[in-house]
Amino acid sequence: MAIWIDGRRHEADPERNILDVCLSRGLDLPYFCWHPALGSVGACRQCAVKVFKDDKDTRGRLAMACMTPAKDGTRLSIDDAEARELRRSVIEWLMLNHPHDCPVCDEGGECHLQDMTVMAGHLVRRTRFEKRTFRNQYLGPFVRHEMNRCIQCYRCVRFYADHAGGKDLGVFGAHDAVYFGRHADGVLESAFAGNLVEVCPTGVFTDRTLGRHYVRKWDLQTAPSVCVHCSLGCNTTPGERAGSLRRIRARYSGAVNGWFLCDRGRYGYEFVNSERRVRRPFVRGEAATSEVTPAALARAWSKGRVLGIGSPRASVESNYALAALVGPERFHQGTSAAQTALVATIIRILREGPARTPSLREVERCDAVLVLGEDVASTAPMLALALRQSVRRQPERAALELGIPGWQDGAVREVVGNRKGPLFIAASVANEARELDELATRTVRAAPEDVARLGFAVAHALDASAPEADGLFGRLPAQIAGALAGAERPLVVSGTGAGSEAVIQAAASVAWAAGAGRGRAAELVYVVPECNSLGAALIGGRSLAEAFAAMERGEVTGAIILENDLYRRAPEADVDAFLDRAGHVVVIDHLAHDTASRASTLLPAATFAESSGTFVNNEGRAQRFFQVFDPDSTDIRPSWRWIAALDGATDRWPNLDELQAALARELPIFGEIAAAGVPAEYRVRGARIPRALHRQSGRTAITANRELHEPRPPEDPDSPFAFSMEGAPRVPLARLAPEVWAPGWNSCQALNRFSAEIGGALLGGDPGVRLLEPIEGAPPAYFSPPRVDSLPEPPPDSLLVVALHHVFGSEELSALAPGVAELAPKPYVALGEEEALERGVSEREEVDLSIDGGPILTLPVRIRPGLPRGAVGLPAGPVRFVPAGSRARISKR
Amino acid sequence: MERPLTRNIRPGAEPLDLDGTRRAGGYQALEKAVRTMTPSEVTAVVKAANLRGRGGAGFPAGVKWELVPMGPDARRPKALVANADEMEPGTFKDRLLLEGDPHQLLEGVILAAYAIQAEVAWIFLRWEYQLARRRLQQAIAEAREAGYVGDVLGSGFRLDLRLHVSAGRYMCGEETALLNALEGKRAVPRAKPPFPQVSGLWGRPTVVNNVETLCCVPHIVDKGAEWFRKLGRGPDAGTKLYGASGKVRRPGLWELPMGTTLREVLEEHAGGMREGLRFRGALPGGASTDFLVEEHLDVPLDFESVQKAGSRLGTGTMIVLDDRTCPVGVLENLERFFARESCGWCTPCREGLPWVHEVLRALEEGRGQAGDVDLLAHHARMLGPGITFCALAPGAAAPLGSALGHFREDFEEHVKQRGCPWRRD
Repeated sequence: MAIWIDGRRHEADPERNILDVCLSRGLDLPYFCWHPALGSVGACRQCAVKVFKDDKDTRGRLAMACMTPAKDGTRLSIDDAEARELRRSVIEWLMLNHPHDCPVCDEGGECHLQDMTVMAGHLVRRTRFEKRTFRNQYLGPFVRHEMNRCIQCYRCVRFYADHAGGKDLGVFGAHDAVYFGRHADGVLESAFAGNLVEVCPTGVFTDRTLGRHYVRKWDLQTAPSVCVHCSLGCNTTPGERAGSLRRIRARYSGAVNGWFLCDRGRYGYEFVNSERRVRRPFVRGEAATSEVTPAALARAWSKGRVLGIGSPRASVESNYALAALVGPERFHQGTSAAQTALVATIIRILREGPARTPSLREVERCDAVLVLGEDVASTAPMLALALRQSVRRQPERAALELGIPGWQDGAVREVVGNRKGPLFIAASVANEARELDELATRTVRAAPEDVARLGFAVAHALDASAPEADGLFGRLPAQIAGALAGAERPLVVSGTGAGSEAVIQAAASVAWAAGAGRGRAAELVYVVPECNSLGAALIGGRSLAEAFAAMERGEVTGAIILENDLYRRAPEADVDAFLDRAGHVVVIDHLAHDTASRASTLLPAATFAESSGTFVNNEGRAQRFFQVFDPDSTDIRPSWRWIAALDGATDRWPNLDELQAALARELPIFGEIAAAGVPAEYRVRGARIPRALHRQSGRTAITANRELHEPRPPEDPDSPFAFSMEGAPRVPLARLAPEVWAPGWNSCQALNRFSAEIGGALLGGDPGVRLLEPIEGAPPAYFSPPRVDSLPEPPPDSLLVVALHHVFGSEELSALAPGVAELAPKPYVALGEEEALERGVSEREEVDLSIDGGPILTLPVRIRPGLPRGAVGLPAGPVRFVPAGSRARISKR
Repeated sequence: MERPLTRNIRPGAEPLDLDGTRRAGGYQALEKAVRTMTPSEVTAVVKAANLRGRGGAGFPAGVKWELVPMGPDARRPKALVANADEMEPGTFKDRLLLEGDPHQLLEGVILAAYAIQAEVAWIFLRWEYQLARRRLQQAIAEAREAGYVGDVLGSGFRLDLRLHVSAGRYMCGEETALLNALEGKRAVPRAKPPFPQVSGLWGRPTVVNNVETLCCVPHIVDKGAEWFRKLGRGPDAGTKLYGASGKVRRPGLWELPMGTTLREVLEEHAGGMREGLRFRGALPGGASTDFLVEEHLDVPLDFESVQKAGSRLGTGTMIVLDDRTCPVGVLENLERFFARESCGWCTPCREGLPWVHEVLRALEEGRGQAGDVDLLAHHARMLGPGITFCALAPGAAAPLGSALGHFREDFEEHVKQRGCPWRRD
């Protein structure tokens, strides 16, 4: 298949449109309304080309490239004089009302409108009439609105409403006064609103957090990174200048997050700049110097028997280093016994069972979904966005049958209409915004054990050899089973959010049982709590409870705690007791918290932005994050370097590559971990990869107030990146490009130059290595459903504690970002409508709550519709430790 | 001369009720069709009659119907929509049919729905046509009572018929924008393909026909294709409602054989120009067609001939320009309308038309500059068909481009004299 563009033959996929083909072949053709994730609507008329019937046709006709299929043999011209004239006219029209305020616009320098204006050749303003003006709106702490810059490409609403399901951003007005905004000022409701900043081709929607410490794109230092705010491992591009992190942008990955990020991932970054950062070592509360401390520590360490507590938010490498330091016997995962067991079960299911975990992008292509027990929209928002796409798969087949190409967005959406493919949700809670409920074929609200039983019943309906479950749900299990069995690509989604082992087991049973009819198990996604929950668990180690027990038994005298606030993991009294008993407590973390304040030695760790390392996401994909900037203080080091210093053997692992090699030797599951990154000696034509764009300004001036000589750029022993604008101008492996940029393409739309097929894998392959693969054809070792009568009788009048996750506020690190904190809830206690009625408590009334007979908390009530009777919800995060599955009593004050 | 469309219409009087309609031969065609003809036979006779769309585009109705997927595999419910959103400046032909003989339209709607086997029919009515709305409501109630709607005449063909009164925008006359509006969405056009016949209202097969087109259908079914074809004088079949407005002696609307010349309409029916005025030009089919001038007076007003003369038949209701009216002023008025009615979806229309209007206003107000006329000419060219998303902007460009061709000196005088020379008198 090939098409001819200006007389030259280009390979083309007939399923794509001409614009898509031109851009992926590296040709310059300006456009606005088209977006690779959103398809074509033909609104802006900017991508005009001349299309010819055959090689004898010399007149041709003007056509919009985005609306014209790249049929085999198509002949077209981008260079045609008439097409160029039209493109010049269109950009002239678009600029009529644009304020031309680039010098004071945050988009300036990475503005698609700037790029396209230059590309389309609009140089002189001919109009002499007044510009139309609009009033701007307050849209919340993340997104700033400047409607006067708008060129009416409609991408914002197409992303926000059509793609992400947002309800509060729309189009108002008509003719030359089309307005994009809310019905009134207010915080944008969607958890994906931040993507507007990248979707908007100009400065209508800009990053408000960046605006507070603004720098231009070309002045940022960047490196490929991975989000730390949930377990999905979305790829990010953090940008830094002068020692502070300025923003996060979505980094395209063909396998994980595609083009987008959720707002927690985009705006959580400010914890790196937080006042609560630990920037110097402290010994017994006194600031120490780095020269003194390690030696002192090493002495203390050599005297005692010390246990190590790892962390699901620390890198694989740091966890491993700690395990290597204290020995596997004394290494503990930094998670509660319950959490540790849940994650271990998930790993066992994914390693030993026949069901495969799809990547996030693959989830979008699944066509029948069962969600069991997980409030996906809160714990892993981008997964909810992927599921939102998956419900379109079945109905959009009708459009394909009518011959409508998939990229013709308006027409496909018209055929799809309100029809949705199968999506069943059974969980004890829904996201506050009921994000996925509106898409669901059926939603069941039930306690975790009942959710599990429903799952087991579905498994039994799919495969009679799977154990039977108590029939509580009528025909529903058969209905769900039918939908999964009838689908091309069924998917089961679950996770640790419900705090229930049975739910996790039920999900596996369903996925496995789906293989009975179709010969292959359904796909299976588990959401886990944190960015490296799987990676840390794969290192091994026992739970926190066992660490506490070992301390209580007096087997150890000290503890090294890695990037972990134990008060978020265990009851306060238990942590207090543990820390009281420990003679010497070393805490290595980047944040000061209650655990850190109890440390006899506190060591400042580097955040993800100041170090390189590996996280393993919920898919089992090991992904490397590269150091973005060198922290101002030499005291701030990656945790594993501090651990090596504690060992007194700083040369044990001279760099990350050596550490990984040791890890790979010791733990075969990590055998391929190096492939998630690139060796530090990697060079492009002998040069390092510069973290700064070639246009970076102020290199010699930025430190001139302290030192007139230009400082040497810091060394980076762990990666091939340089803290410099000098180095290889282009990187053949797109996954290593610090930032997307191409000549003439200064905005994030330059991404079109970084993959062979738009929307496909990055040039040279998408980042990451999958560590967990299923055993194809493994016979399903079905779990048994929990029996109603086997459960211990709950104490009378007690309520089951359910953790309520919030997009903003539940995740530890992002909660320190001011914008996220603004949107996070205050502590509260949630009751379902019935339970509240029965107890005679009303919204905002304060009640006393005691968990498992522990201390009394006084909290205001929130009525949460759908929360089952007999359950009480507590917001994870605002309430520091929520022991899901325990029992609580509440009483009116 | 036969005047099938207006035979029952007496201006100023109430329309015939159902009984009167029946006595005058109404609903006979429907009886005949559902009792004796298959849906494809109805389509075939309409195709053979060469009934071309009276909304302005002239697409053959029978061909449009043939494109609708038939049979058990077709996506349902299918829909038939009568486009009664008549908002073209200078056009009031559908209003006469709606107010004067609502049952005629209903019969046409039901026949067309039968031909494509639609389950639901909508009449999409312009908001300002409140009298038509009352009369249609009355007629629909009568038709439902009499069994023409629902299970049509007990034939087993079931049709639901609904009246939708538009919120009122010119854009809704565009069939796909109309469908969006009917679905409660913004009235912006949709990309074609897919055409509404394949994916229309709520993504289901849909035919949108103009009121006058549908009103022809009962007569074709009743009297046959041959009869209908012979009503026309030239290649186009049937009769046509021709109208004239502007400074003519007797502005009005007349049902005449398709292919009547411009001169005949102007001189015989409209009574020629008013005393002391000379004919300077005419927009033959509403505001969105190119000017025809004196040399075109003998052009027969059928689709091909008008096109050959450089314009479009459009709605067949002409706006006449005389020699004492400023063409720039006329254009300023028209382009203000088009700029305001642009839906704002595609760039050339949304941004180009207001610019055109600003320039015209500047010319009229004495703020014209050198280069303005060229800028207008550039727009007339760049707002042409194939460039914009729908036909609104090309429609707006038609009077502009042709006015620049025929009356360019008037525009240039506005620049030279720093104002409108016509207002100096």
